[in-house]
Amino acid sequence: MIAAEAAHAGAGAFPLLSALVFMPMIGAVAILFTTKSRPEFAKLIALIFSVGTGAMSLYMLKEFDQGVDTFQFVSQHDWIEQWGIGWRLGVDGISLFLIVLTGILFPLAIVGIDPHHHGANTEKPYLAWLLMLEAGVMGSFLSLDLFLFFIFFEIVLVPMYFLIGGWGYENREYAATKFYLYTFLGSAFMLVALIATAFIAGRNTGTVTFDLVEIAENGDIATTTARWLFFGFAIAFAVKVPIFPLHTWLPDAHTQAPTAGSVVLAGVMLKLGTYGFLRFGLYLFPEAAVWSRSLWLTVAVIGIIYGAIAATMQKDLKRLVAYSSIAHLGFIVLGTFAFTSQAISGSVLQMVNHGVSTGALFLFVGMIYERRKTRQIAELGGIQKVAPIFAAGFMLVMLSSIGVPGLNGFIGEYLILLGSFQTARWWTVVATAGVILAALYLLWAYQRVFHGEPDEENSKFPELKLKEGLVLLPFFVAIVFTGVYPKPLLDRIEPSVDRLVAHVADNSSVETDPSYTTQRGEFEVEHSDEAHGEEADSEQGDSEQANSEQEGEG
Amino acid sequence: MVELVWLVPAFPLLGFLTILVGGRKLGEPLAGLVATAMVGASFLVAALIYFDLLGMDAEERSHVETLFSWVPVGDLQIDMAFLVDPLSITMCLFVTGIGSLIHLYSIGYMHGDPKFSKFFLYLNLFILSMTLLVLGSNLLVTFLGWEGVGTCSYFLISFWHTKDANATAGKKAFVTNRIGDFGVMLAMFLAFGAVGSLDYAVINDSALAGTLTTATATGIAALLFLGAVGKSAQLPLYVWLPDAMAGPTPVSALIHAATMVTAGVYLMVRINPVLGAAADWVPMLIAYTGAITALFAATIALAQNDIKKVLAYSTVSQLGYMFLAVGTGAYVAAIFHMVTHAFFKALLFLGSGSVIHGMHEEQDMRKMGKLFKFMPITASTFIIGWLAIAGVPPFAGFWSKDEILLFALAESPILYVIGIVTAILTAFYMTRQVVMTFFGEQKWGSHANEAEAAHLNDPADTDAETEGSEAEALEETPDAVPVTHGAHGEFKPHESPPFMVLPLIVLAGLSVVGGLIQLPSLGIIPSSFQHKLLDWLEPIVEFGAGPEERGIGEAIIDGTWAYDNKVLLIGIAIACALLGIIAGLAVYQRKMVKAVEPELLARGWRYDEAISWFMGRPGRAGFQAVADGDGKVVDGVVNGVATLVRETAQQVRKGQTGYVRQYAGVIGIGVVLLLGWFVVIRGIL
Repeated sequence: MIAAEAAHAGAGAFPLLSALVFMPMIGAVAILFTTKSRPEFAKLIALIFSVGTGAMSLYMLKEFDQGVDTFQFVSQHDWIEQWGIGWRLGVDGISLFLIVLTGILFPLAIVGIDPHHHGANTEKPYLAWLLMLEAGVMGSFLSLDLFLFFIFFEIVLVPMYFLIGGWGYENREYAATKFYLYTFLGSAFMLVALIATAFIAGRNTGTVTFDLVEIAENGDIATTTARWLFFGFAIAFAVKVPIFPLHTWLPDAHTQAPTAGSVVLAGVMLKLGTYGFLRFGLYLFPEAAVWSRSLWLTVAVIGIIYGAIAATMQKDLKRLVAYSSIAHLGFIVLGTFAFTSQAISGSVLQMVNHGVSTGALFLFVGMIYERRKTRQIAELGGIQKVAPIFAAGFMLVMLSSIGVPGLNGFIGEYLILLGSFQTARWWTVVATAGVILAALYLLWAYQRVFHGEPDEENSKFPELKLKEGLVLLPFFVAIVFTGVYPKPLLDRIEPSVDRLVAHVADNSSVETDPSYTTQRGEFEVEHSDEAHGEEADSEQGDSEQANSEQEGEG
Repeated sequence: MVELVWLVPAFPLLGFLTILVGGRKLGEPLAGLVATAMVGASFLVAALIYFDLLGMDAEERSHVETLFSWVPVGDLQIDMAFLVDPLSITMCLFVTGIGSLIHLYSIGYMHGDPKFSKFFLYLNLFILSMTLLVLGSNLLVTFLGWEGVGTCSYFLISFWHTKDANATAGKKAFVTNRIGDFGVMLAMFLAFGAVGSLDYAVINDSALAGTLTTATATGIAALLFLGAVGKSAQLPLYVWLPDAMAGPTPVSALIHAATMVTAGVYLMVRINPVLGAAADWVPMLIAYTGAITALFAATIALAQNDIKKVLAYSTVSQLGYMFLAVGTGAYVAAIFHMVTHAFFKALLFLGSGSVIHGMHEEQDMRKMGKLFKFMPITASTFIIGWLAIAGVPPFAGFWSKDEILLFALAESPILYVIGIVTAILTAFYMTRQVVMTFFGEQKWGSHANEAEAAHLNDPADTDAETEGSEAEALEETPDAVPVTHGAHGEFKPHESPPFMVLPLIVLAGLSVVGGLIQLPSLGIIPSSFQHKLLDWLEPIVEFGAGPEERGIGEAIIDGTWAYDNKVLLIGIAIACALLGIIAGLAVYQRKMVKAVEPELLARGWRYDEAISWFMGRPGRAGFQAVADGDGKVVDGVVNGVATLVRETAQQVRKGQTGYVRQYAGVIGIGVVLLLGWFVVIRGIL
């Protein structure tokens, strides 16, 4: 399917995607050359490069061809030829909005809020690390090469480790170490699995390659082997998401990270896990994903309920938001393993939505901390009376997080649940109950923080400043726009998702699985028909595959 | 005109945006006038569409107006589309009509409130959501409005949010409604799985054509009913509505009596073919839930002393009647009662607001009395509302309640008996309220008395009074002074300003003549005046379980004993209403019998307390256990493993310090081992 390259950006065109990765990287290096005596230069450079990256991501969005379901703007160069490792970047409907989100979120995080404790000398490395982080995240979402993906996936850890450890709150070192080790441990499994995948697939195709598309379409990895390999990848992603019970690094990391770190962590970094499941889990190992779906659905649903219950009882506002992320990410995992067009489109959309609303929530919590020097819910109260605009902004974001229709959070959640209900009915019933809990913990928190009569400390709470309002404005716009008119997003997401769903259906026993029969009998009409047709045509192909499987076993 | 239906929600949206941007500049009373004008414009559009529809043939009165594609993914295609048909326009008319009256009233009621413009911001947002709810041509647009009204309800209940009780009540309403929403969402998923669409037209048509299996229809109907139970405050989810009275009184009238709480009834009527295709236990469940709720709430209303709490429980009770009607297949009667109830309950609530206003924020009826001569217009209109709800002919409530009882008897004598007992109780407690408020003895003083104020501030005395203490309190403290009046010095109840009085008069008029829209088929009534609402709604309301049994209106009960004796039933209904009123007068006006008001009833059968206890104690403890367990157990294991690895690593490689490197080393070994395992054992390289 490298034909995708032909679909867009002929030779000589501007390498947009490479620029998206290198621009923040260059910015990070440039910051290191600024003088310590003029810290504002560092900030200016950071702004220029992050805004530039954001502008390019918007340009990419504009140029993105929404009718195409394969990768666009593909950039392909050989790197380590003898192992088939290449610089392969591309974007499709699944990664498109995550890249745009990354492009927009970073400049906002950089301007929006200064690090918690900063002297004259700490601003420089802080900004440099943030830009490094952006480069890593961009690279991860854009990579179409297993090895390249792994490198970016790991690069992301380093700046985050230093951001939490260097600019975090009271317990930052413990949190940073825990974060690093936990995710690094997960990645180790992935490294093994991806090397094995490349070599096993290479034996089947004749040449060793780390090209994602090549392996996924022509790899023909034997069923049992694929299941093992899938789990190698899945553990890394499960930690990153995080999926229950591998989630305990998250509340610590979130609570201790500086605000910008939390915004980025919740906004885009957690999505590396859910995105990884879609791009490298389902796409590379469709059969294994279907085979193990009960496990993933179950842990996803546990995460939804468990995260919500734990969030309800948190005393620290930031920790509450962190636990709510666990619940929200549970929805995304549920949708991923439902294998229906609606559910996976919903998951992709919800990745973006969660980034927007939770990112904004973390900004608000950061602003509360700046004003009151506390995150303890018990010490806050009555803020709506003294800062009604601040409260109204928080309310809007909170309603989006609760999933009130008309706002973005609802659309994603609804599509996930509706799609999942068709193939994973009882899991979805339990997950839908999680929607009740979301209202409970957020409204209760809101009541304790904003309602009531303010005490002496809280009655001096400053109102939202203009600068803060301008930083939050894009979030508000995204929340309302996506909720009222999600079609532009869905139109771009859906073709790629449909292709993935069809890919999963073609390469697994989806049709014969009894749990897939719904009352309508022919759920997912367009795909299953297609799949049936192809199955009939490629009877021979199947038997060939079976042969190769036997070889693989032998 | 029909294609301009989008103007109905567009006007309140415009009002919302105007006040959002310039509310503070507009200030009082301009913000209120803008908001009122917008809702009035909506009403005008709805009325024009109504006349447009009237001019069409009955079969052609259903139109779908699509604005844009809202959520399109694969075979899920949900449009932002409005359904214009007699049912939705009926709902629009009374929502915007009563809405604009209440907006007008609020200009007077909210006078001087520092958040004056914000109040109208929420109120316009509410009307916007409510019109989306009733106009939606598919379940998702309705759900958008459904959640929107719930959110506005939350905002408005906790409008005076500095008081903790208000904030708690708002949260309670939202969360309780969410339990119902859980049902609505699942119903939508089920419907999509079954028919591939969420359009009412598709769902209803497949139910009528019989392509919807009984199991699916049962599931959809029962799950939507769960949503209706939450939104319309039926047992067991009614608990939020009495607390919702914490909001400003116009809100109680508009949202928690006339419009939002009837959304559940509307939804049930909207999908009535699905109810018809569902298993028999679903309509049964609906009928009995409604009947039992009606009786249950009426008993509680007997012993309430807060003027608004009486009306709140009364609303729960009257909504129960509507579900009784839905469950017995009397969909027209349900809508009929919804409309008449909207008239007289809005009137009663606004009247109570006028009383509260005139009494300077006093809500306790034990501190009122003899207000008739101070507030003649409020009192007169309130009395009309009282006669309407009590079921005295020819007021509006009589006709609608009578039709419901007729269908109830045709279905089952048990339902009828519950209904008629509730009717007696309703007449009784409403009489009690009217007497305590407007007649009887004067229990407020003309001057603030500090000693008495202190006495009344004693919570043991005001709140948890024991059995019969009501009457004692009346005798012992004949000139009790309202608590909050120290600041006023001179105290005299007064009639409300014109902004407030005008809506009262209009609603009183509607409460008198509201019955005209659906007069029963009796010999003395000219046939051209009978069943106007039925004729209007006829294409939408389908009756009976299967196509062969489907009839219209009273045809489904034709031949039953109840139908043949409906004149007798009317007689019984009138007798019961009078019985309740006379008993009420005897107890509260004439004091011939000592009032019996058990504490158990005053505390709502302790149902709410039980739930609060459960949520507060075991529920909260369970949640706490999970939250603690996350730190101790799940994270404990992680930290335990980390410690174990660290200890082991220190043993193995003592030279190595620096935690990160140590772990990395261990991980590296692991990687090599795993690779080796793949190569050697599984032989895959």
